[in-house]
Amino acid sequence: MNNAPSKRTVTVCNSQGLHARPADMLVRLASQYESSLMIGKDGEWVDCKSILSLLTLGAAQGTVLEISADGPDAEAAITAITELFEAGFHEINEVDNTAKPAVD
Amino acid sequence: MKFADFIYTGAIQADLKATSKEDVIQELVQSLLDAGQIDSEQREDIVAAIMKREELGSTGIGRGVAVPHTKHPSVQKLVGTVGVSESGVDFDSLDGERVQLFFLLISPPERPGDHLRALENISRQLRDETFCRFLKQSKTTDDVHQLLQEADDNQFVSG
Repeated sequence: MNNAPSKRTVTVCNSQGLHARPADMLVRLASQYESSLMIGKDGEWVDCKSILSLLTLGAAQGTVLEISADGPDAEAAITAITELFEAGFHEINEVDNTAKPAVD
Repeated sequence: MKFADFIYTGAIQADLKATSKEDVIQELVQSLLDAGQIDSEQREDIVAAIMKREELGSTGIGRGVAVPHTKHPSVQKLVGTVGVSESGVDFDSLDGERVQLFFLLISPPERPGDHLRALENISRQLRDETFCRFLKQSKTTDDVHQLLQEADDNQFVSG
């Protein structure tokens, strides 16, 4: 048993990007799995279970990231993480805030 | 993005008096007000917005660091400050540790990218344990300012 790590590509689709709250959600999800989970951007890989590391990616909306999972539950982990990205971290994309304030 | 792009030296609090989460936020927002970075009539609203964000989940991201923040329409560009607490404050951190270093950020709602780049810069620099430790040991505004400047000068952040 010496399987290669599972890999998948995800895109940050929520408008606010991978800021503190999504990073927190990602860490909580990733920590439920035994597998080693890494996330990469432009060849730089960081630990998916560390919020401080995730924030170093500065991943804005549209950023393409690679997920790599290595361990007994790698497939399940990578699927769950992909779903979280696809759901935009359940974040409601905010309405146009550039609109003028109602009161002058 | 560098610290110098969003941290106002005049608002740095190297010796925080506050001992609770809300008081820390009050003290740091007040320091931005005193430094002329926010409007006095917006102060309470900004504090309330930052507290509301904390209720969604603590911004205490571990290693004794917190990044309390909010978007607020009253600022034209990202404004931020740094606070250091010698004894640390219970901030409901994700790792349960008390928080000694605070980076408080207020950003215009339509500029999520700037907020992300500030978080990126803060987290990249704080991965350096020496920088993190020195910052926690800072006693004066000058100490903090100098450390931020050194971090800015040595950074190799791509983009």
